[in-house]
Amino acid sequence: MTTAPANYTRALDLVTRVRGVRGAMLVSADDGIIVAEQLMEGIKGPAVAALAASLATRLRRAMEAAGVGASLFWHLQAEQGALLVVPTAGGTLVVAVAEPDVNVGLVRLELLRAGEVVG
Amino acid sequence: MAEEIKTLSSQLAQDPDSLVFLRLGELLRMKGQLDAAQRVAVTGLDRHPHLPDAHDLFARILADKHDYERAFDEWDMALRIAPDHVGALKGLAFLYFKVGDLAQAAAHLEAAQRVAPADASIAQALAMARGGESAPSPTAPEGEGEPVALPASDAPTERAPPPPPPPPGAAQPLEEARVFAGLEGAQEGLLLLDAAGRVLGGALKDPGGRDVTDAVAAYLAGVSQEAARTAKLLALGRWTGVAAEGNGGHVHLTAPTGDALLLVVRDRAVPMGRLAIIAQRAAVAARRWLEKHA
Repeated sequence: MTTAPANYTRALDLVTRVRGVRGAMLVSADDGIIVAEQLMEGIKGPAVAALAASLATRLRRAMEAAGVGASLFWHLQAEQGALLVVPTAGGTLVVAVAEPDVNVGLVRLELLRAGEVVG
Repeated sequence: MAEEIKTLSSQLAQDPDSLVFLRLGELLRMKGQLDAAQRVAVTGLDRHPHLPDAHDLFARILADKHDYERAFDEWDMALRIAPDHVGALKGLAFLYFKVGDLAQAAAHLEAAQRVAPADASIAQALAMARGGESAPSPTAPEGEGEPVALPASDAPTERAPPPPPPPPGAAQPLEEARVFAGLEGAQEGLLLLDAAGRVLGGALKDPGGRDVTDAVAAYLAGVSQEAARTAKLLALGRWTGVAAEGNGGHVHLTAPTGDALLLVVRDRAVPMGRLAIIAQRAAVAARRWLEKHA
């Protein structure tokens, strides 16, 4: 696990305490590098971070082009789980990896709170 | 009919809680006075939100106005309240037929037939959904137990639903040949792309009314592959969608087939869950269209 400043740890704790969340990361949106993480073993953090950042960039640009503004929250849904992401104003992505039956609304709330902590 | 409308209006004015609004709304709909019918139905729904017939009435009016998405929601609500509501089952069958989902259309008609086996119009529509007739009169969505066939023209007549879909295999008018024909936002909030980001159908406009189809398509090229790779890396199985919330609107992405990408954009007033339902319906239309044009 990456050593991280206390506020990063606090932010990740907010997310990982939600039932059904398998792990959380803070990722630099610009370059897709992990800033801090609390992931379950077996999750390829660096690769997921890079892809999440790339997806976030494409989505942001597409959404801005569509006139719906910057992305506040997005959610990749899959048959056996989900990736949930909140971009922060400071250029960090707060990322959660979750089970399929997770309470998405609750994770969203905690991701937004974590985003405020990270800034 | 005019006299009856007058009488019912008077009764409703004297007793706003009365159920005569159902008959009054239906008569206004049959006369083609859709805005007046809608006002009656909405007022009735405000007073009787758990009455399935009220949702059915409102759905018919919406269908007559070609607002099929909201009609779907109202018939869906009627069925949640009364799972055996024949009018709602037939209405949903009609909408599924319209987007080309014949299996769902048939399933709803079969359910309606179990409840009302004597309704000849259901059998007729079922035959059509199963492709057993070449030029039938599709069934109108309507009240329980009253067999009615569609009118030959689009003119408002008794129990007239929206124009019927063409029979399978018939030459289709241009509008019907478009991928999202009949779906709300087909030319401003729905977009179908191939894997390379080329536009296959639909269009997008920004809130200012400018066409942003190509710009958005360009940014979305490759998203499907990246979503699939991310899901694979995380051992999440097949990705089914990406829902995103923006400052000024919501978007939903899904892959109707392995290579294609479907984008739905709506303003923030449309909840994310509803957007997913809209995307599901659009994906059905997209899959069918892609199969036809393969």
